[in-house]
Amino acid sequence: MTSGDRTEHRPDAFLAEVRAATPAASRIETCIQCGTCGGSCPSAADMDHTPRAIFAMVRAGLRDEVLASDTPWMCVACYLCAVRCPQEIHIPDVMYAIKSIASRSGRVPDAVAVDFSRLFVGNIRRYGRSYEVGLAARYYLRHHPLRLPGIAPMGIGMVTKGRLGFIPHRIEGLDGLRAILARAAAIEAADRAAVPA
Amino acid sequence: MTGPRVGVYVCHCGTNIAGVVDVAAVRDWALERLGPHGVVVARDYPFMCSSLGQELIEKDIAELGLDRVVVAACSPHMHERTFRGACGRAGLNPYLCELVSIREQVSWVHTDRDAATRKAEAVVAGGVLRVREQVPLEPLRVPIAPATLVIGGGIAGISAALELADAGYPVHLVERQPSIGGHMAQFDKTFPTLDCAACILTPRMVDAGMHPNITLHTWSEVVDVSGHVGAFSVRILHRPRYVDTDLCTGCGICEEKCPAKVVDPVFESGIGYRKGIYRPFPQAVPKYPVLDPEHCIYFERGTCRACEKLCPTGAIDFEQQPEEVTVEVGNIVLATGFEPFDARRVEAYGYGRYPNVFTSLEFERMSNAAGPTGGRIVLRDGQTEPRSVAIVHCVGSRDRNFNPYCSAICCMQSLKVAHLVREHTEATVYELYIDMRTPGKGFDEFYQRVQDEGTHLIRGRVAEITDVLRLPDEAGEDGRLIVQVEDTLAGRQRRIPVDMVVLSVGLEPPSDAREMARRLGITCSSDGWVIERHPKLDPVATMTDGVFAAGCALGPRDIPSSVANGAAAAARILGRISQGELALEPIRASVDEARCSGCRICNDLCPFGAISFERGRGTEVDPALCQGCGVCIAACPAGAISGTGFSDAQILAQIEGLLFPGTIHPEAGLDAVVAGSATTPEPEAVPA
Amino acid sequence: MSAYLFYPGCSLSGSAKAYAGSLAAILDPLGIELREIEDWNCCGASEYLTLSPLGGHALVARNLALAQRQGDGTRTLVAPCSLCYVNLAKTDRYARDDPGLGARLNDALGAGGLTYEPGSIAVRHLLEILVDDVGLEAIAAHVRRPLRGLRVVPYLGCLVTRPDLDRRWTHHERPRVFDSLLAALGAEVVDFPLRTACCGGHMTQISPDTGFTLIRRLVDAASRLGADLMATVCPMCQMNIDAYQAEMNRHFGSHYHMPILFFTQLIGLAFGSPPEALGIGTEIVSARAALGRIGIEVPAPAEPEAAAAPARRAKKPAGLPMPSLGDEDDR
Repeated sequence: MTSGDRTEHRPDAFLAEVRAATPAASRIETCIQCGTCGGSCPSAADMDHTPRAIFAMVRAGLRDEVLASDTPWMCVACYLCAVRCPQEIHIPDVMYAIKSIASRSGRVPDAVAVDFSRLFVGNIRRYGRSYEVGLAARYYLRHHPLRLPGIAPMGIGMVTKGRLGFIPHRIEGLDGLRAILARAAAIEAADRAAVPA
Repeated sequence: MTGPRVGVYVCHCGTNIAGVVDVAAVRDWALERLGPHGVVVARDYPFMCSSLGQELIEKDIAELGLDRVVVAACSPHMHERTFRGACGRAGLNPYLCELVSIREQVSWVHTDRDAATRKAEAVVAGGVLRVREQVPLEPLRVPIAPATLVIGGGIAGISAALELADAGYPVHLVERQPSIGGHMAQFDKTFPTLDCAACILTPRMVDAGMHPNITLHTWSEVVDVSGHVGAFSVRILHRPRYVDTDLCTGCGICEEKCPAKVVDPVFESGIGYRKGIYRPFPQAVPKYPVLDPEHCIYFERGTCRACEKLCPTGAIDFEQQPEEVTVEVGNIVLATGFEPFDARRVEAYGYGRYPNVFTSLEFERMSNAAGPTGGRIVLRDGQTEPRSVAIVHCVGSRDRNFNPYCSAICCMQSLKVAHLVREHTEATVYELYIDMRTPGKGFDEFYQRVQDEGTHLIRGRVAEITDVLRLPDEAGEDGRLIVQVEDTLAGRQRRIPVDMVVLSVGLEPPSDAREMARRLGITCSSDGWVIERHPKLDPVATMTDGVFAAGCALGPRDIPSSVANGAAAAARILGRISQGELALEPIRASVDEARCSGCRICNDLCPFGAISFERGRGTEVDPALCQGCGVCIAACPAGAISGTGFSDAQILAQIEGLLFPGTIHPEAGLDAVVAGSATTPEPEAVPA
Repeated sequence: MSAYLFYPGCSLSGSAKAYAGSLAAILDPLGIELREIEDWNCCGASEYLTLSPLGGHALVARNLALAQRQGDGTRTLVAPCSLCYVNLAKTDRYARDDPGLGARLNDALGAGGLTYEPGSIAVRHLLEILVDDVGLEAIAAHVRRPLRGLRVVPYLGCLVTRPDLDRRWTHHERPRVFDSLLAALGAEVVDFPLRTACCGGHMTQISPDTGFTLIRRLVDAASRLGADLMATVCPMCQMNIDAYQAEMNRHFGSHYHMPILFFTQLIGLAFGSPPEALGIGTEIVSARAALGRIGIEVPAPAEPEAAAAPARRAKKPAGLPMPSLGDEDDR
């Protein structure tokens, strides 16, 4: 699904969408394609496109290809690229923005990664805190059941050393938190609607 | 009418002004509303600065007897001289012509046509009321002393000095290192011709050293500059060489026999050694060595004195003191060059941690046949030839974390390094770049040549240089340097094992650039480079009359550009010397002694040091130093200072004009108009 | 006694319990009082931002708002977990730089009856409090049992010195301040090239190949340099290198045994606290042997260890002179 053989229609629309989804100024438009990010990234060797290539694709309006890429999901947000970038681009924040667009549009390269996030966030909505045991249980059972035997010794070790809590802690102000998160989601939806299509 | 007869000329500047301001309306308004204030003719024209536009003014002066002219057009920076020239040609004193900006200050910054037109009318009114208060002025004439000071003995300074000296005028060339030559003396070959740097530089160094009109002050510093264009007084400090130059023959025995050996961080870029008493390189000009008291056994412990004992003419003088001389010059050329970016600041590249990461200047010394390795390209162990070399572009340049600018010469220098490595060794060469900047003559052809030689050109900015293994299969590369980079054209991260890395470091201004600028009364940009008078049309002059700049002091540039700068500065100076005197703008401050209380606030505030106070004599403004900036006028608590061309009467009149009824009231915003009286009040009487 | 607001983060009550326990043990001697934010919520790690950047920042902003409201006579909020620290610092910084974002966050907070004035809380990492406020001299003065002979890797992790939006750090890749802290405890600090290299974060879940590679490079480098154990400031780093080391070994067929402890545990040991009080023994890759070598706990090794790689001694430079780093700035 490339636009190589057709005249482009509003190639800057996707760039505008990504910029709107990035909370601080992203500065993607100042990218000089030097490749420092791709060169620094600890997971670049395992990505299908380097971070630099993703930026070129964003600026070229290749929305489908970018959302289908595993690159933002492989980002560990270590900020090594960001401190080395000669143009001071907030690269990990742009990766978060792309992931949020991808997860909402349902176009993710691999359901597993987004599911991990969804389970984690689900716990926050339920308790206000993260819940490692619940997360691990659901996640492994659903996606990596074959890893469970390998993980088991570690899991048992964590339990016997008292490092895994079985009972989730629920915060007092959970209603307030939920209201805040719901309002944030509504504001975000309104922001998206305001970006010209 | 016996009052002044004013002509108003409104320029369209094509559509620059006319596209926003209704120029015809401004013209009509000027004639109608400013008629009572002396306007007898108002015209508009597409391009007032053209010869036809100027002729309009000249014709009106002749035929209508105008004695004041107001041109409403672009900024005075652009064309004040043009219109003053036109008036002068028509027999009107040029200082009775005023140019007001309705372009930079109106049409270029507003979009509302009505508001812009009203504002233009206000600006014109300001100009008309002001010009009525103006009086004829004559430029100041200052004599130009024929001697010139050149600060910095690199290729730019040498070029300027030789041009001036060959024309028959004396030059003082001051250099802080023991020898002239600058960074060019350190290089091996120069791009793109691969001329040996020393071979083309040393003849000019010898010329400069032997020229009857050039006085060399090496191992010296400029400590103070006072005076003004045509008559600068400069104090130069000669640091003690501990060698009597009248006796020294330059035989070199002292250097040969000196037992103190120390790393030479300057000329050898830290990869070679020199002695305690030394000449930085064999072709040094002047030939006299210099003794470094910090690394001299005699100065440390009181023993040795080998140089003194062995010198055949007894030229060693441990008691030598620094000496100060004062020279009088008419003009100054600042040619202090650059310093290389300190590569230790880029943590990711490991310079200073990994022995086999070098800078480009270290490489130049290594490649140079007269350098510490005799021209052999070797690793830090001094012996092993590298099997592979990586050359890294843009170290400290084009990087908002360090210097945002491009250092102009490093792409070519990097290609040259690639070529030299291939010339000296069998090594595989990788060159890692973001862009390849090869604009000059023969430059892109040189790039082609380096490609033909088989250099691996990889488009990617190096992310890091490391020796840490990432994966089990890299175990064979234990201890080697790995260049980690994204090959952007292939679209993947690469980890390339190499033996040696050369970092192409960028250029930075000298660490005391701002200090020197302050001493000369000029300014530097935020990056520290000297600011030229106009970046396009006046690239070697500064905003201070009489001070010029050449070479990398102005910003990164290559050798031919530095030579051209030096010659250009010399040409400007020769023009002035041949005229014998310089006409200075008569816009100057002057002090009313009767009102001056002697508080001296103005003395310290003057950025040009033009104001002095002496008991009994009072406050004096040196008209040649004064640049008419107006700071003293504003600061004087007694209102005792006024400026010719900027008197209180003139400024207040201009303000009244800006508040002219029916135009824009600046405070109330674009909608409100001035609800003023029909007549403007008389300006306050101020003593001349 | 200096008081600070405190945001512990979710892992301190679970997988990083030892961090909490050892921190509590050293507060008194260091003259620090920590006042936990009441009813704080999870910072969202990297998961909330993945689904919704604005939601993720609003989630964090609730904690900032609670901190501002709680006040307690101080406006400094300390976080021991590097990811919590970055989330809190980033949210405040971006809200300060972009008034539009600040307005949106306050709009969302309003739905929960809260408000936050960007810039009113100063967010700092626990390590910064110890080295900047308490100071290395004060810490050294409390050392009763110097960790002499213990070769420790100063593993800072990626999020203490990066992204450094408030520009408090000079060296974003190789700061030496953690080295100096460990040296103040008497330990022999290994010159570790991967001080701030990422441990992989949640990659062990998302892409195990990548995750294990990143863990391995750290453990491998530490082993090659002859380290006894690694010190860390972040629960995620500790978890990855400790809890997942066995799986990583299986993945690569390797046999590393590199213990990793929280720096507060090492401070506690140096101050003379008994190991059990500091949570030592709760680590999966046992530190018993490493500590036993310097006379702490049972000297006999409990598990077969991988043969330690010979420590690489720095070569004495010959040939051409080297530039010196000559840099006094630890940060």
